[in-house]
Amino acid sequence: MRALIAKFAAEVVLLFARAVTAVRATWHESGLPRRRSVYFANHSSHGDFVLIWTVLPPRLRRRVRPVAGADYWLKSKLTSFIGRDVFNAVLIQRDRELREADPVETMAQALDEGSSLIFFPEGTRNQTDAQLLPFKSGLFHLATARPDVDLVPVWIANLNRVMPKGEFVPIPLICTVTFGAPMHLASGEAKEAFIERAHAALLALSPKQAGGSE
Amino acid sequence: MSATQYDMFLLVLGIFGVLLVASLVGYVLQRRLSPDGSNAAIENLNSRINAWWVMAILIAIAFVAGRIGVLILFAFCSFAALREFVTLTNTRRADHWALATAFFVVLPVQYFLLWTEDYGIFSIFIPVYAFLLMPIIAVMRGDTQHFLIRISEVQWALMICVFCASHVPALLTLHIPGYEGRNVLLIAFLVIVVQLSDVLQYVWGKLFGRTKIAPNLSPSKTVEGFVGGVASATLIGAGLWWITPFTPIQAGVMALVITLMGFFGGLVMSAIKRDRGVKDWGNLIEGHGGLIDRLDSVVFSAPIFFHLTRYWWAA
Repeated sequence: MRALIAKFAAEVVLLFARAVTAVRATWHESGLPRRRSVYFANHSSHGDFVLIWTVLPPRLRRRVRPVAGADYWLKSKLTSFIGRDVFNAVLIQRDRELREADPVETMAQALDEGSSLIFFPEGTRNQTDAQLLPFKSGLFHLATARPDVDLVPVWIANLNRVMPKGEFVPIPLICTVTFGAPMHLASGEAKEAFIERAHAALLALSPKQAGGSE
Repeated sequence: MSATQYDMFLLVLGIFGVLLVASLVGYVLQRRLSPDGSNAAIENLNSRINAWWVMAILIAIAFVAGRIGVLILFAFCSFAALREFVTLTNTRRADHWALATAFFVVLPVQYFLLWTEDYGIFSIFIPVYAFLLMPIIAVMRGDTQHFLIRISEVQWALMICVFCASHVPALLTLHIPGYEGRNVLLIAFLVIVVQLSDVLQYVWGKLFGRTKIAPNLSPSKTVEGFVGGVASATLIGAGLWWITPFTPIQAGVMALVITLMGFFGGLVMSAIKRDRGVKDWGNLIEGHGGLIDRLDSVVFSAPIFFHLTRYWWAA
């Protein structure tokens, strides 16, 4: 029953996301992702992973799990239902002091089970004027732990204009989700160099301005 | 079968016949000249033909569903067009409520007014009330940067996507003596003439096009295509007089006005796209651009066609 409601809720979310944003994906020339991947994306809205989830073909969508903060999603019954049952999120404990499990371990385990991940390397939502915040080191540690996994940069455009911080009525605007070339940790690549390379790869996908000034 | 139903049946048969021939020609061309999908012109032609099929089928369904069907169809078109338009504008955070009002208040109210057939308020609701309301809502946030530009953009988005587009279904509200119950054919007349004019300009331009009309705006528009397209669409419009309240000559003049407005509408909308640095308005019709790309000429001709018809023919 719970699973059935979750499935229904997921369909409603998909329909709603499409109705509001008419979202469309731009795939990298190498085509649809074929292997287990970590999609790492810019993060400015709660709806970010929903958009990635929406544009992925059902075959890939079934296997993809967003990585999210346990502190946020386990706050109430409703959020934990949405996080766990509807989106099947990999919940990690962000707070160093309180955590029992290492986030990288948790994510690596999900990858080992055959899932792909949606990951936001900025660590939190970007509510500044900067296009992209500096990355935390999580992506590097994940790449070190599972070097064979494809790391795919994904740029989500316009969603921050659909629902800016502090607003609760979405403005229907067309959003695009752009997938870049899969990347890997080079042998012997240092943490800073890798993080910088990943940051640049993601930023390179951001569109030349067509609309919006914020 | 009443006379109206008979005419409608004839028209639908004609349209589907033309589309069938177009699809066949497109298929043969594709097999002969572009088997691997490499000829852009032919691929584009085929995608246009497919878009017309969808357009014709949707309009046919809406017609069968009656007035409410037509209203819902065009309300959806307005919504999708407004979404494409606003996506390309300079919105700022301070515009949030003005934009929300445009989408969730102004648009539904405009179509509701159409439903009530109250022309007095329908015709001024957007140009008077919405135009004054938009800056009032936006000014509340106190953000003055690019204020005039931001407000004009929202106003123009509403003008094009809601006000102008709603004049297509508004044709249903006209009371023309001796033409009762046939108004839906006026919509068909408008859409057929505009779309044929677009196609014929394209075909004439491909065949004889030498002189570019507006190279900065639209490299594919030529004087030869324009003259040939307008002339032939006008003739076809005159030949469709039997579905309108007009005489053949009047129908021809109306078709001429429609095609001219449609042509310049296309130019204006290209200018906006150029300014925003995009090729298409959106991606609603997968791979073939957005809804506005297909509706730009209809949108410009609809209010004028509506008004001329109302002024001279309606009671």
